[in-house]
Amino acid sequence: MAEQREGVETGKDFKHNLPGRHRAARVWQVAFQASTMIGIIALTALLYSIVNQSFGLVAIQNQVDPKALAVDGVPLEKLSKEQLVQILQENVSEGLFRRLESDQPFAERTREDVYGLVMERVVEPQVVRTWSLYDSLFKRAVILAEAPEAYPGAEIRFVSWIDPEFVTTPQSSDPEKAGVRTAILGSLWMIAITVLFAFPLGVGAAIYLEEYARDNFVNRLIRTNINNLAGVPSIIYGMLGLAILVRALEPLTSGKLLGVADPTTANGRTILSAGLTLGLLILPLIIINAQEAIRAVPSSLRQASYGLGATQWQTIWHHVLPNALPGILTGTILSISRAIGETAPLVVVGASTFITVDPAGPFSKFTTLPIQIYQWTSRPQDEFRNIAAAAIIVLLFMLLTLNASAVLLRNRYSRRLT
Amino acid sequence: MQEELAVIAKNTITGAAGGVTVGQADLRKRPRIKESLIQGFLFLCGALSILTTVGIVYELSKESLSFFTRQLWEDTNKALMVDIDAQMRSFKVSEGGAAIQVGDIIRIHDEVMQIIVIDGSTITVERGLQGTEILPHSAGVDLFASNRVSLIEFFTGIKWNPQIGQFGIWPLVTATLMTSIIAMTVALPLGLGVAVYLSEYASDRARGILKPILEILAGIPTVVYGYFALTFMTPLLRQIFGIETVDIYNTASAGIVIGILILPLVSSMSEDALSAVPRSLREAAYGLGATRLETAVRVVVPAALSGITAAFVVSISRAIGETMVVAIAAGAGPNFTFNPFKSAETMTGHIVRISGGDISYDSIDYNSIFAIGLALFFITLTLNIISQRVVRHFREVYE
Repeated sequence: MAEQREGVETGKDFKHNLPGRHRAARVWQVAFQASTMIGIIALTALLYSIVNQSFGLVAIQNQVDPKALAVDGVPLEKLSKEQLVQILQENVSEGLFRRLESDQPFAERTREDVYGLVMERVVEPQVVRTWSLYDSLFKRAVILAEAPEAYPGAEIRFVSWIDPEFVTTPQSSDPEKAGVRTAILGSLWMIAITVLFAFPLGVGAAIYLEEYARDNFVNRLIRTNINNLAGVPSIIYGMLGLAILVRALEPLTSGKLLGVADPTTANGRTILSAGLTLGLLILPLIIINAQEAIRAVPSSLRQASYGLGATQWQTIWHHVLPNALPGILTGTILSISRAIGETAPLVVVGASTFITVDPAGPFSKFTTLPIQIYQWTSRPQDEFRNIAAAAIIVLLFMLLTLNASAVLLRNRYSRRLT
Repeated sequence: MQEELAVIAKNTITGAAGGVTVGQADLRKRPRIKESLIQGFLFLCGALSILTTVGIVYELSKESLSFFTRQLWEDTNKALMVDIDAQMRSFKVSEGGAAIQVGDIIRIHDEVMQIIVIDGSTITVERGLQGTEILPHSAGVDLFASNRVSLIEFFTGIKWNPQIGQFGIWPLVTATLMTSIIAMTVALPLGLGVAVYLSEYASDRARGILKPILEILAGIPTVVYGYFALTFMTPLLRQIFGIETVDIYNTASAGIVIGILILPLVSSMSEDALSAVPRSLREAAYGLGATRLETAVRVVVPAALSGITAAFVVSISRAIGETMVVAIAAGAGPNFTFNPFKSAETMTGHIVRISGGDISYDSIDYNSIFAIGLALFFITLTLNIISQRVVRHFREVYE
C-alpha cells in the first residue's frame, strides 16, 4: 500500500512501478490457474490409478500342466466326457469326487461342465503376478521376456478385471472368481430402506419448517440443529446406529419381534439397521435441499390457492409440493448418491466381511459395494487391489447413472410444470 | 345506494359459499381435524432431528461414562501366602509386586474385598464387596487391584492400548492433527486459488467446464480416495522420498489425499463468498487503476473474508471427521509420532478398526471408541458452530 501511495504522489515512480505490478498480476494469474489445474490433475490421477489397476497382464500358473493330462496324444480340450471324468477321479480326493457326484451325478453333467471341473479342481490355474495397464502396454516386451524365467510354465495373458461375470458372480475368497453381485444387491436393498425412511420424513420436516413453523424457540432450535447435524462426521452416525439400532432395538432390527429373524445371524447387524443409519445420516441433507426447493415456490401461488378457499394442507399438497418436486427430487437423489458411497458408518454398524449368498430381505446380514472395496483394498495381495479397482468402476458407474437420472428427471418435470 | 351495495355483497358471499345454502353463510372457523393431524405429523418429522442429536449425545455420553467408571483389574503380582476360609479377615500376602494402600479395592478369584489395615505383609480386609460371594481361597492365588481410567491419563497420556490399560488419547489426536494439518496445507491455498480463479478470472466457458469437474471430485466416495491414497499417493511419495523414509502406511499420503478430497468444498464455499461481493466494489477498485490481481487480493478477498473463513473452518471439521482415507492409508495401530512418513492411527481410523472386528458389547474396546467418538463429536460440533457464527456475521454485512 505504501508503495502505491508514494507512486501516486510522485508520478514518475508510479509509471516505473507499473511493469512490476503487471508482472505480479501475471505471476499470480498463473498461480491461480495452476491451482485449478492441480485439481484437474488430481481427478485425472485418481481415474488413471483406478483404470490402471482394472486391466492388465497377468501371469497364470497351473498346478498341473494341461499337457501332462493329455491321453494318448489327444490334448485335454479334445478329450471325451468319460475321459475327463476319469482324469477327475484320478486327481482329486475321493471325498471331493463323491461330493461332486452327489451335487449332480456325472452321468447327467454335460461335457463342458466336467471340463470346467477338471480345469477348476485339477489344473487349478492361479494368478501369480499381475501388472498394471501402463506396464502392460508400454513395457510389454520386457514383461514377456522376463516373466518365463520368474514364473516358469506360466501363461501370460491380458485380462480385464471388470467383466459381466464380475458383476453377476457372488463374493469369493479367490480373487479371480470373486464378484460383486452380493454387494450390489446389498447396496440396493439398503438404499431402498434408506429412501423409504428418509424421503417422507425429510420432506415432511421441510414442509413443517417452511410452511407451518412460526419463529419461536422450538423451531429455531430445530433449524440450528439440522444445520449442525449436517456437519457431524458420518462415523458418529455409525456409532449411533450401533448403540441404538443394532444393540438397543435388536429385537426389532433382527426381525425377532416379527418372527422372521434369520436363525444363523439373529443379531441387529442387518440391512434394516444399516438402511436406517444411513437414513438418519442423509435426513439433514434432504431437509435442507427440500427447504430450498419449497422456498423457491413463489408465494403468489399460495395466495391464489388461499384466495380460492383452499386450506393450508390443500395448498401445500396441490400447489406447493408439485412445484417444488423437481428440486426436492434432485436434492434427494444427490443425498442418495452420498449414501451409496458411505462406508465408515456401515463398518461401525457391523457390515459382514464375507457373504456369498444374496440378501433375502431387510433382516439379512449385509455387505455393500463400498464395504467390499474397503475390504479388498485392505488386503495385501495385488489381485485384490485389481478387483477393488474393478468394484470402484462399478460403484462410480452406479453413481453416474443415478446422477444422470436426477438430471433427466428434473428436466422432464420442470418442462411439464412450466 | 349503500343498501343496494350491501345486498349485492350479501348475495355474492352466499354464492361463493356454494350457492346451495340459502341465507347467511357460516363464516366461523371450522375445526379441521385432518389438517391438525397433518401438522402434528409434520412437526414430529422436524422434531426427529432433535431426537437424533439427543440420541447421539446420550449414547456417546452413556458409553463414555461407563468407560471412565468401569473397574479394571490389574495384577499386583502379589499372591496369597496362606489358605483362607470364608471367615478369615486377616492374612499374609507375598512381598514385592505393586504397592497397595489402605482403602484399595482388591479381588481374589471372583471375590472383591477392601483393605482396611496393612501391617507389613499382613492385610486386613472387608470381604464380599460389590455383591460377590465370600469363598475360601487357597495359597498362591494372585491379588488383583482395582483401577479406573483417569480423565487426567486420558487427556495427557501418550500411549493408547485399552487392552493393557493404557488410555492416553494423544497418539490418536496427534495423528488426526497431522492428517488434518497436511490436508489443510494442501486444500486451503489450492481451494482459495481455484475460487479466486473461478470468480475473478475465468470466462463463462471455462467456468462451465471447471465447475462440473470439481463437482465430480466432490461426488466421489471417500473409500475411492482411500484406494487412491494407498495405490497412487503412497507409491509416489515413496518414489520421491525413498522407500526407507516412507512407510507403506503413512499420515502424509492420507493427509494429501484428504486435502484433494476437501478441495471442492473449500473452493465452492469460498467462490460463493467471493461472488457475493457486490460488483460496485470491484468497479471502484478498477476505477482507481488497480490491476485485476490487486482488485481480487486487496478488495474482493478481504470483503469476502468471513465467508472464506467459514469455508476453512467447515473444511477443517470435515478433515478431522474424515474416516475411510485414514483407515485405508494412514495405518493401523496408535503411534505417538510427528513424522508424517510413519504410520499412525487417527481417532476415526481407530474407531473403524476396532468396530470392524466382531466387537462384544461392554468390553473395554467398545466403551473406549465411544469416548473417542464423544471427543470427535465435540471438536467437529464446535468448529461447525464457529463457522455458522462467522457466516451469520458475513450475511449481516451484505444483505
